[in-house]
Amino acid sequence: MSLLEVRGLTVAFGDQVVVDNVSFSLDGGGRMAIIGESGSGKTLTALSVIGLAPETATVTGSVVFGGEELLGRADRALSKVRGEDIAMVFQNPQTSLNPLMRVGKQVAEPLRRHHGMDRRAALAAAVELCGRVGLPDPARTVRAFPHQLSGGQRQRIGIAIALACQPAMLIADEPTTALDVTVQAEVLAVLAELVAAGDGASTALLFITHDVALVPAVADHLLVMRSGAIVESGPVAALVDDPQHDYTKQLLAAARKTALR
Amino acid sequence: MNASNRDGAGDLLLAATALRRVFRLPRTSVFGSRAERHALAGVDLDVHEGASIGIVGESGSGKTTLARILLGLDKPTAGTVTYRGRTVTPGPPASLRWLRTDVQVVFQDPASSLDPRMSAEAIIREPLVGLRVPGDHSDRVVEVLEAVGIDPGTRHRYPHEFSGGQQQRLAIARALAPNPKVLIADEPVSALDVSVRAQILDLLAGLMGDYELSLVMVSHDLGVVNTMCDEVVVLHHGAVAERGRTAEVFAAPSDPYTQRLLAAVPRL
Repeated sequence: MSLLEVRGLTVAFGDQVVVDNVSFSLDGGGRMAIIGESGSGKTLTALSVIGLAPETATVTGSVVFGGEELLGRADRALSKVRGEDIAMVFQNPQTSLNPLMRVGKQVAEPLRRHHGMDRRAALAAAVELCGRVGLPDPARTVRAFPHQLSGGQRQRIGIAIALACQPAMLIADEPTTALDVTVQAEVLAVLAELVAAGDGASTALLFITHDVALVPAVADHLLVMRSGAIVESGPVAALVDDPQHDYTKQLLAAARKTALR
Repeated sequence: MNASNRDGAGDLLLAATALRRVFRLPRTSVFGSRAERHALAGVDLDVHEGASIGIVGESGSGKTTLARILLGLDKPTAGTVTYRGRTVTPGPPASLRWLRTDVQVVFQDPASSLDPRMSAEAIIREPLVGLRVPGDHSDRVVEVLEAVGIDPGTRHRYPHEFSGGQQQRLAIARALAPNPKVLIADEPVSALDVSVRAQILDLLAGLMGDYELSLVMVSHDLGVVNTMCDEVVVLHHGAVAERGRTAEVFAAPSDPYTQRLLAAVPRL
């Protein structure tokens, strides 16, 4: 049975349907990417899976995670799932981290909340996590505030927070869009490595991006979205080599313009 | 692109010599002196007619500081910038009209570089008025809007009514309006989606030919520079790590820093 089974997911704001009857499934440890332009509905699809779509949106369909329906669950029940079973890395670590809290405490937070660790144990685990995401001198770094870190370091903190509870699934929404190309490559490598390395069971990844060129590094299955609907899906290698839909071809041509061969 | 005027065959337009820029960092202690940061540590750059030069480097490498100094928006600690032999001295806008007529700029984020309270037409008209270009400019507004692929019928709209890609087209139209010789573009496509990015790069390449523009493009993305620029200058900690023809540098980068930058570009 799949870890995540999305069936007929539809998101509408009033009469305007922005995600239209989207279905896909993700196995435990699987790596899937959703690509599409701004406004294609890719982010809203991901947010709807964990019940974070805006309150003004009407979400219908079915999202079954680990055998349980998530759609329509109370926020309280979902917050148990979020961070522990499904974690998320957001686009901009500048806005997703708390500027007033030392980063170590932020990494420790999900551990204290979900695993009931005491402060000292959680902080020790945070130091270890910061080391695993490749932050220099983790024992010192955990005492820093977000503004004292670079953009790439902040996003590494975002990844450390997301992976703290060893979630069964990680949703990464444009995690490198705000970063330089060199930093982007490093962060992607850390993400791909940690998702695969999970102790025992590896973490499934749902990776959202507008840049097809990033996909081969992190995912093996690809969904192409346009105007709220899936236009093509399949293994990454097959879609990149032999895209069927015109829109996929356009996206590839655009990405190839600035990618090297 | 720009098959003519390669290798500095054209006139020398912008020339920067031994540019240094030192920023004094905020005080971290009441004792001792303030730390300094050398954003540029002796950089030379010549922009000839018809050239297309990419300035690449990571965040903090000094590339934006270089662009700002070339535009007369920042004063170098040492070194000079000249345009057609005349020294560029940063000062009040009126004192730099002669430079603005010929050297224009496109910034990274159109959402913050376009005034939200001005219509598209007013935005494009503004540099012409500011530069004391005679006439009422209506024809010119329509002309440059068409050149950047925006329907002139939408010229009374405000920036928020355009998409991100269209906003960047407006910013390019504004830069083109005074008919400049040199366009300095600071990360012009970094804020855009990949598909929109490709359209804007195509547009810029076309305009360079049509308007006989020289281009100085600042970017952290070597893929972008590869498609747009004949020459590349790699900046690292404010100094030139490597420079040369783009094809040659990319085929055989000699500096380890350039190699690292190249390795980071996604491949498809």
